[in-house]
Amino acid sequence: MIQLLAFYLFAALTIASGLFVITAKNPVHSVLWLILAFFNAAGLMVLVGAEFIAMLLVIVYVGAVAVLFLFVVMMLNIDFAALRAGFIKNFPLGILLALVLLAEITIGLGAFSAGGVQIGTADGSAAIPADMSNVEAIGHLLYGKYLFLVEAAGVLLLVSLIGAVVLTLRKRSGVRPQVIPRQNARRPQDATVNVKPEVGKGVSL
Amino acid sequence: MIGIEHYVVVSSILFVLGVLGIFLNRKNVIVILMAIELILLAVNINLVAFSAFLGDLTGQVFAMFVLTVAAGEAAVGLAILVIYFRDRGTIAVDDVSHMKG
Repeated sequence: MIQLLAFYLFAALTIASGLFVITAKNPVHSVLWLILAFFNAAGLMVLVGAEFIAMLLVIVYVGAVAVLFLFVVMMLNIDFAALRAGFIKNFPLGILLALVLLAEITIGLGAFSAGGVQIGTADGSAAIPADMSNVEAIGHLLYGKYLFLVEAAGVLLLVSLIGAVVLTLRKRSGVRPQVIPRQNARRPQDATVNVKPEVGKGVSL
Repeated sequence: MIGIEHYVVVSSILFVLGVLGIFLNRKNVIVILMAIELILLAVNINLVAFSAFLGDLTGQVFAMFVLTVAAGEAAVGLAILVIYFRDRGTIAVDDVSHMKG
């Protein structure tokens, strides 16, 4: 009973916040609704026992991606009113396409419910073990069977990291950057002198 | 009782909302990127639900890789957005064609 209630709460909030993401006037509000959608999707995943992916969703999406979005939205000085000009114009076509897509998915689901579609069965090579927690079982899979895929994902992240840095890096002229060798070559005796001024005379530099 | 159909319905509605978001906010690249994140979230819900109901962990491992791709895509997409804004002073997608050639 409580599971049913929690599912409908999370599902309704996920869909509602997804709707607000695409209709909010202010992109900052869109990002905040996106964060709510991610949290509720994480709740949906906890309900089926996928704690690891749920935590990853909160950490990666809410902690990194959503903050990155917020950062960019607030950093760029954008006239958002002008960008919404096509909203009404595109509305009928967008709704039509969305309805067609939804109808297709509904027909697929109906065919599945009627028993016309076989979704197949797992081959048992990655069956959920009964004596392990979700995190432990996924860890065994990731660092065993799927080790090379994990490394490929790492390379992918490295490439996107370098890509983002290379894209946004720019050389500016007229700036006075730090010259590390000059700084390291500088000795105290080159830069400072020790003087004993007479009383009332002061020091001339 | 909650079955696989419930999860598929939620994820398909979220997917359709993402696609609709791309159409509605055709000029605003930031919202388009957010709509793509919604689509990827729907895919992840689908993968995790099937993984849980079929009793096979491969779906959850794959959802992790989808998450990796989504994070990289967001980073590179926003980097492109920043340099485009630096160049043009706007992020309207209509004018992107000036980049060609």
